[in-house]
Amino acid sequence: MEHDNLIACHECDTLFQKPRLLGSRAVARCPRCGATLYRSAYRRLDGISAMTLAALFTFLIAQAYPILELDANGITSQTTLFGALVALWNEDMQIVAVMVFCATTLFPLTELVALLYVLIPIRSGYVPAGFNQVLRMIQFVRPWGMIEVFMLGVLITIVKMVSLARVIPDAALFAFGALTLMFAVVVMFDPRTLWDIADELTARRARPMPRTAADSAAAAVSATLTTTAAGQPSAPHQG
Amino acid sequence: MKYVTALRAGLVSCHACGRVEPRIRSITPQHCSRCGARLHRRNPDSLMRTWALLLAAALLYIPANLLPVMHTSSLLGSEDDTIMSGVVYFWTSGDWPLAVIVFIASIMVPMLKLSVLVLLTVTAQRRSRWRPTQRTKLYRMVERIGRWSMLDVFVVTLTVALVRFKSIAVITAGPGAIAFGSVVILTMIASMQFDPRLIWDTVEGADSSVKKKAKRASRAQDAQGSTQQSQDPTHD
Repeated sequence: MEHDNLIACHECDTLFQKPRLLGSRAVARCPRCGATLYRSAYRRLDGISAMTLAALFTFLIAQAYPILELDANGITSQTTLFGALVALWNEDMQIVAVMVFCATTLFPLTELVALLYVLIPIRSGYVPAGFNQVLRMIQFVRPWGMIEVFMLGVLITIVKMVSLARVIPDAALFAFGALTLMFAVVVMFDPRTLWDIADELTARRARPMPRTAADSAAAAVSATLTTTAAGQPSAPHQG
Repeated sequence: MKYVTALRAGLVSCHACGRVEPRIRSITPQHCSRCGARLHRRNPDSLMRTWALLLAAALLYIPANLLPVMHTSSLLGSEDDTIMSGVVYFWTSGDWPLAVIVFIASIMVPMLKLSVLVLLTVTAQRRSRWRPTQRTKLYRMVERIGRWSMLDVFVVTLTVALVRFKSIAVITAGPGAIAFGSVVILTMIASMQFDPRLIWDTVEGADSSVKKKAKRASRAQDAQGSTQQSQDPTHD
């Protein structure tokens, strides 16, 4: 338990005392190798939850609607992301189809759903079942979600096609654009901080029991305060 | 300035949740008491795995560049496009900013990744003390840019799906795309397997007596055998 306040740099293994970060955008860096040790993401929990939920909806739009439409002298062709995958699959390019499917659909979706699964209960003050497994799944999946790369790929395809036919952008193109920005925010959130928060939650739960009932009442009040703060995602709060 | 590493202090940090715990030798697969992830002081067999993946990626890099990634068949005839010919196409048609983007993402980045990872594994294996900060920065860069090489695979996917005007022009994917995608994935796994802490382990090993650079070099070579037995921080 005396090691609770220590942190080891994941890139050079140097041990540090973990100081409390002040300010909502503070970043602790390793003075030896310059790696980011941790960010003060705690107060932005509401913002991250809101952003993840918004990203999930945008994701559904991006997947459901066609991305581009080509118009070559009256003959048109359009495709959704899934349609493109099916086309690849039917061309005996199953491996590529699976790669693209994982990078643009499966892994981003897994990350969003898993993040919501842990964030919403944590925000309302309890640790969900399978917390460790889900967090580790987020860490595993994160480097393989490539929405932003796909977005650049779409843009390059547009420029490429412009010389061949008239290119009409469709709904999913804009959805992917928005999703790229949203993912940039979601990925800023380090799931490691959730473990610290979960520790604090369990510690807070364990503490009031031997004490007076007033403590547990105070805990309940702070929990409801946390839930009511959900309405304003930008408002920082100190749990 | 002297830094104490977790390894020296007899501690081990969880790679998943970041918790620092005392290392207990008697428990061989030690698990994190908070999140249950398996604890190891350094990535197990880090260098060996990185080498294996790098070798596979380097071999696949050849067909990835030589085989066509796209096959166009139109009324005017059919042609095969490799990754480089795609860049050349953009360049000659005047879209040079695009040519630069595709060139960087599909040719520079994989090459850079392969060579940087080889450099990092070689220096880590030789227990080199050469510029650890810069080498860590290189590692961080490889981690960050690696994903962008998937660009070409995505472009191929969309192009194939869009250009299907039967009897006028049809574009199909070529075997180069498989090889290219595999190179990207293999190098990404390789950079994940490489443990950047190996870069710093030898630096940390430099005691106060060994501060002069000339001494360092000779020591590193002499001590190569003995330190591996006595400290052995590389494997767990």
